[in-house]
Formats: sequence, structure tokens, C-alpha cells
Amino acid sequence: MATTERYVGSPVPRKEDAEFLTGQARYTDDLVVPGMLWMSVVRSPYAHARIDGVDVSKALAMPGVVAAFSGQDFEWAGPLLMAWPVTADINNPPHWPLAKDEARYQGDGVAVVVAESRGAAMDAAEAVSIRYEMLPAVTESDEALVDGAPLVHDELGTNRSYTWKLTNGDVDRVFAEAPVVVKQRNVIRRLIPNAMEPRSIIVQPTPATGQFTMWSATQIPHILRTGMALATGVPESKLRVIAPRVGGGFGSKLQVYPEEALALELARRLGRPIKWTESRAEGYLATHHGRDQIQDMEIAASRDGKILGYRARILANMGAYLRIIAPGTPVLGAFLFCGCYGGEAYETEFIGVFTNTTPVDAYRGAGRPESAYAIEHVMDALAREVGKDPVEIRRMNFLPPFDEPTPSIGGLTLDSGNYPATLDTALALLGYEEVRAEQQARREQGDRRQIGIGFSTYLENCGWGPSRIIGNVLKYAGGGWEAATIRCHPTGKVVVVTGTTPHGQGGQTTIAQLVADELGVPFDDVEVLFGDTDIAPAGWDTYGSRGNAVGMPAVHRAAQKIIEKARKIAAHELEVAESDIVFEDGAFSVRGAPDVTRTIASLAFSTWTGHNLPDGMEPGLEASAFFDPQNLVFPFGAHICVVEVDTETGEVEVTRHVAVDDVGTIINPQIVDGQVMGGVAQGIAEALYEEAIYDERGNLTTSSMTQYLVPGATEVPSVTLGRHETPSTTNELGVKGVGETGTIASPPAVINAVVDALSHLGVTDVERPATPERVWRAIQAAKGGAA
Amino acid sequence: MVVTHVAVTVNGVAREADVEPRTLLVYLLRETFGLTGTNVGCDTSTCGACTILLDDESVKSCTLLAAQADGREVITIEGMASDGEMHPLQEAFHRNHGLQCGYCTPGMIMAAASFLSENPNPTEAEVREALEGNLCRCTGYQNIVKSILDAAGRMSGASA
Repeated sequence: MATTERYVGSPVPRKEDAEFLTGQARYTDDLVVPGMLWMSVVRSPYAHARIDGVDVSKALAMPGVVAAFSGQDFEWAGPLLMAWPVTADINNPPHWPLAKDEARYQGDGVAVVVAESRGAAMDAAEAVSIRYEMLPAVTESDEALVDGAPLVHDELGTNRSYTWKLTNGDVDRVFAEAPVVVKQRNVIRRLIPNAMEPRSIIVQPTPATGQFTMWSATQIPHILRTGMALATGVPESKLRVIAPRVGGGFGSKLQVYPEEALALELARRLGRPIKWTESRAEGYLATHHGRDQIQDMEIAASRDGKILGYRARILANMGAYLRIIAPGTPVLGAFLFCGCYGGEAYETEFIGVFTNTTPVDAYRGAGRPESAYAIEHVMDALAREVGKDPVEIRRMNFLPPFDEPTPSIGGLTLDSGNYPATLDTALALLGYEEVRAEQQARREQGDRRQIGIGFSTYLENCGWGPSRIIGNVLKYAGGGWEAATIRCHPTGKVVVVTGTTPHGQGGQTTIAQLVADELGVPFDDVEVLFGDTDIAPAGWDTYGSRGNAVGMPAVHRAAQKIIEKARKIAAHELEVAESDIVFEDGAFSVRGAPDVTRTIASLAFSTWTGHNLPDGMEPGLEASAFFDPQNLVFPFGAHICVVEVDTETGEVEVTRHVAVDDVGTIINPQIVDGQVMGGVAQGIAEALYEEAIYDERGNLTTSSMTQYLVPGATEVPSVTLGRHETPSTTNELGVKGVGETGTIASPPAVINAVVDALSHLGVTDVERPATPERVWRAIQAAKGGAA
Repeated sequence: MVVTHVAVTVNGVAREADVEPRTLLVYLLRETFGLTGTNVGCDTSTCGACTILLDDESVKSCTLLAAQADGREVITIEGMASDGEMHPLQEAFHRNHGLQCGYCTPGMIMAAASFLSENPNPTEAEVREALEGNLCRCTGYQNIVKSILDAAGRMSGASA
């Protein structure tokens, strides 16, 4: 039956919830395969060491142990996939699943054991005897570039992996002539993503046919399958990769990991299923980290604060090896160091650097939290420099509103934007004047607790991505299109297959909302399948806020194909010309005669029986579509953070956080809000709490959740949300992405607020994360005391 | 192999098993009894994903040996719905979008169930404090807190 209810735009509760709420959801570690063995990886305790010998004999003699191997025992078809050689001369030494001669970071896999139980495998791993010769290590990107620094990869003769540069306009002239130049150095700390589900893998072989099924806690079953084929030589046609329910990723499961290749290779070698689940402590070493940049950001402006130019030089710590998109991760922000502002000249330079640390790769926002921090943080410094309010400095530099593609000085063609509008809404939601008045009162009283207000009127790019551009301009080796299939079953039930791989984002719900509306079928009649290369053979998975921005238009196009075929059958059955058929509210009817109808359900039945189809028409009501966007999408918005800083202890409390985001057309406002709230929490965490720390010998000292401060419910405030909807011009639905906006937008707002709270004391900057100690030291330094 | 015999009532059903003495309660539930709704998120008793009810008190099941549950009563997320009806907390998490990836959700619900039995009409600050031992990486906690307050309102309304 046709329905007139619209699902798109409504806060429809999620289809996927029930299985999670009842404990019926199956994550990888929940799965058991008959006869399976457990794998355990022996990891280097040293950040840098020559491997002089691996003796597995004691391990092999232990009860339940089936096999044990060193890195020398494997011949791989190829190294682990590195898919983003950003420059032609990039240094990219091969990363093998196990180190052969040298361990290059603490946690680098050196040997592997396989046993009948989890416990036996762990015990046996401890019995593997390895002789190491310790080598000097380097962990910081600036130190790694100093002459005489320890070399991570001797054969390269340098720790520099690449230099990538973008120049627009006459940057040197603009900076030489500008009356005002403001410079900042920002250390964007290394972060540990901390998806709540640790990684886990099972590989089940069928030795007789050479087929394999791999279950992995991954965001990217499709890319993983290709990566596995390249590393192991198992052909893609023989490998099914399934991402069952996945407990968060945030980029950390956007990877082709050593353990995945090892599990597949061992399953092939031993002819038995192999399982591996990381412990959290193991994951802190073995699952990639994020961020880790040193930024030198400069902005050139007129005396009254009109921006003329931007110049940024970035050292990007890659860790010990280049992982799947690591070189390109900082470059994702390369075009955004101008934010949503105008200017005449623009330059960014990125130097990728090897260090003896866990590889760094995408973490929620990937390059854009870094660029947003650089520009939004320097904007407040510019405001102070020219004596203007941070709101005023932004208003006078915003690009004016536009609803057609518009170039930016950063080299992008922006899809749509209305930057002043989101700022106005955020100011109204906050009650800006009142908070400023309260701040002034506290200052005058010399209150111990001072108030600060921080702004971030961010711009980002996401919806990865237009294949031609990301390939030809950005030198990414993969594609960015997305695929969808819609299948209408005889009774009218609908199955949608998406090539994206949602893992918490709510795609089962949002896709069903769109399809229910477009085909005019009940929401509950639409099932969404994904995350299995046999079910969804084509796709580029979920990351970079692409599920909605790229996945959804593919679904839309498949739905349009269904409607076009259905219209032909309706015309045939109603004995009129196709052009006389109208499709409204799920019903096909003859124009002017709305009482006689056909529905998708009735026409699906017609195509199933095939009794009365138009001459030459194929049976079945099923359609597939591929969507390759021609541009990225560009969410934007205004975040305002209010903090109270205890000037005696340095403690920072976020008391308000207003987020007004414009992520284009909204499918499900409740899900969008959820993405923003979660993103803001991670951004606040990054600004105030989280930091992965290595000691000078390369030991990760934040080696468990007790040392690395993932914030809890008392540390994260409620976010005040507002929303604008400026449709994207990149796709016909007008949708953008929302998965990363909160994490991109919020850190500069938080730090700007901390600085603002203390600016009257002479504080001009505070390092991230703004821990009580760092804030206290900044206050003491400003007072001229011992810091 | 040395084994320990454990007899425990899980979600109202008497169960027994012989396990290695070092077996943690969470692995007894997950791997011996096949109740995989209780998740493991860390190895330092920090994240709370493995929270269950032991004799009606919330505990992190990774902090106890299976043997310590001998003779006691365990409720896991699988035991929260009854007669096909979701528990008010489960309904509230659904209504308020209190979960995204779902991994922390069973632990959150069990911690909240224990908390609400002690404090049926909490403030937002009290809910946040009660969740200090449970980490979520997706939601920013806002909708979890909202869900628990919503459930509290409905549960106390129902019992009034």
C-alpha cells in the first residue's frame, strides 16, 4: 500500500538498535568457527632493535601449541597496501606483516604463535625467545629531521618520507608587504583512536577449494579484500571478507593490518580457522594512531584585520611505516588552512617524517581537525593583534553566502556555504552579550574562576570522493565512487545493498528512510545489507564522512532506475503511454485518473511472475547504480565554547558548547545530532585530555586506558545544538557529511576559550591538550613567575 | 589441567561449568555459556563494557574470576527483556538514540539498571557520576544520560 508519510527529515528511531540493546549483535570476537585456532603476535618491546635471532622451540613444546613462526618464515606476495603515494619521489619502504631483520616501533610484530586456545596462544607467545640488539630511536618529527638523528630506515639515508606543497598566488610578496603578520606554532598531539571494540579477526579456509572467509572488525571489507590479495596472493575471487557488527572505528579500522594478512596466511598454511582478538594494551601499540603534527601557521593581514595571505608548514609524523592512507591524511586538510575566509595568497607545505613509533593514519577528521585548528586558532590571535572581537574578525573575512560552486584561495571549489548565518545562530543560542558581561564581571572581581569564550567557524571537505580528482590531482591510488543495489521482492519487501560499511553511523536507518520515501513503501519493509563482499560486491566502504555524501546518492540513483522500470510496467498494465503515468506517494496512476493504481509492490509481483511484461522486458525488479561525485562536499558551521578556568589550579571546565552545523540536506536529524555530539566529545577530549606520550627511548608511556584519558560522562558537557541546511551542489540530494564535523570544529573553540579566559593575565597561547599543569604553567609564565 | 567447578544462575537459569581457575567471569559468560552480549573493551577494568549484575549489583565482569560467581546470581544484557518486552532502559536508549556502534551499550544499560534501583529519581549530574566507570566513544554521553533520565521517569511513573 502506498504511504504518504515522509521519512526523510524525520527523527526516525534506528532500525539497527534492537540487536545491540538485547545483546544479540554479533561482533567478530563473538563468533566461533568449529576447529578454530588462536593466534598471538609476539611484539618488540623496543622501539628500535635489530633482530638477531628468534627461537620458537620452547613455545612449540608447550601444550596446545600448533605452530610458531618468525618473520623470516614468510614470503609475502607483496607488502601491506599503502594506497596514497602523494608525491612521485615518496620514500615508502615495504611494511611486511612481521618484521624480518629489524623492529622499528614498540609493538612491531616479530613472531607469531598458533594454539588451540586463547590462553595457550598467549602463554606460548611469552615463551618465544628473541635476541635483540637495541638501536637508538627517535619519536618526534622535528628531532627526526635533525642531522645525525637515528634513522628509522637506514637504507633511505633520511627520515623524510615526502614533501608536498601547494601554492596559490604570490605568497612571498603578500607576506613581505602585509602590515600585520601573525605566527603560531601548534603541536597537534598524537592520539589513540580508542574505538570501544578492540580489533578481531577470524579466517576460515576451505582447503579443498582454496576459498577463504575472513571476518574482521574493519571499516573497509572491500579495500581489505584487495589488500589481502596483494599481500598474500590469495585471489579476490577466492576471498570473502565480512565486517560483521563493528564497534566503532573512527579511522582506526580503516586499515589493512599485519594481523589480517597473518591470519589469512596461517589459515592457508595450516588449513584450519585462525582467530585473533587484540587486547586493549596490545591495540595501543598495534592499532594505528592519529594526528601528530607540528604546525607553523602564519597569516598576513591589513592593519584592520582583513586577511591577505596564509602560509603553513607542517611536519607530519608518519610513525615507523607508511600505512594505507597515511601520507595523504594530513593532505586532506591541505586546502583548508584558509578556512571559510578570503585572501590573495595561500601556501601549505607538508613534510612526512618517519619515527620509531606506531604508524599514524586516519583518525576521525584526518587532516581537517589539524587544519581547522591552525586557522581558527590563529584567527583569535589575529583578533587580539588588531584589537577586534573574534566575532568581528570572522565576519569581516567570511566569504559571502553562495549557493553555486565557488572557488577558494585554498584551491577548492566549494559546493555551497552561508558562513555568517551559522555564526549568527550560534551567537543567539549562546546569548553572547550576557556571557561577555559575565566574563567582564569576573575579571573586574579578580575571580579565581575566569570565563573564556572560544570560536571556531570551521569549514571542512569530506565525502571522499570524486575519483578523477582524488586520483589525478591528489595521487590517491583508489577510487571514491559508491555502489547500491535495490531488489524488490515478490511480496513487495525491499532489500537495499550498499557498498558503504556503516559501523555505528545509522546507515541501515537513513538508507531505509530514503528508499521508503522514494519507492513509496513502508519503512519497515526496507532492509539494508552491507559489510560483506559476497552480498555487496562493489563499494569503497565507510570513512571520511562518505556514507551519506556518496553512498546515499548511489541509493537514490538505484531507486530512480527501479521507478523508471516500474513506470514502464505500470503503463503496460494500465494500457497507456508511459508519458501518461504519474508516480506520486508510492502510486503509479494514469494522469487525471488517480483511483486506479499500481504500486512498487504490485509491480514487483508482476516482474516476478513475468506473465504480462512489456515485450522484450527482462523479469525482476532490481537495479544497481554507481555514483561518482564530481566534487567533494563542504560542511561548515560555528562552534562556540565557554570554559571556566581555575586560575589557581589550571583546571578547565567546559560549561557550554554551542554547535551550529550546516551539513546540507538532513535525512535524520536525530542521527545527525548524535554524530555532532559524539564528534564534539572527541574534539573536547583532544583539546583537554588525550595525548599519546613516548619516552625518549620510544616506550609508549600512555600504554593503557588508565594512562590515556578517554573522557567519561562527567568530563563531557551537553552540547547545545543548532542547525542550518544549505543543500550541497555536489549531488542531487543536497547531502553532505556529518561524521567528522564535531571533531574538526571543536578543538580550536575549546583552546581559544581557554586562552580567552586568561588573556587579561597576559596569556597568549596554551598548549594542547590544555591539562591543568599546562594551563597553570601558562599562567605562571605570563605572570613572569617560574614556569 | 586443573579446573574449577562453577555453579551460577544466569538470567534465571542454573548453569554449571568446569573452567581453568584463571578464567574471568566475562569469559565464562561469553565463551562457555555463549552469552556474547557482554563485551570486553579493555584489560584494565576501565571501560565498563563488560558490566553485568551480580546479585543485583553492577560489577565489571572482567574484574572477577568465574569462581567468584559460584553460587551467585548473574543478570546479563540478554536477561533484561522479559516476555518479549524490552526493559524500559532498552526502550529509552532506542527512543533517545542512546547508542551508535552499540559496543558499550550492554554495559551502560546494566550499570544504569543497578544505579536506578538505588536512585530511582536521579538528577542529570547524578546519572553522569554513576556512569563514570563506563566509557563510550560514539555518543558523547549526552543521549545516554537522556535515555537513563527518560527511563527513570517512566519506571518511577509506572511504580508510583
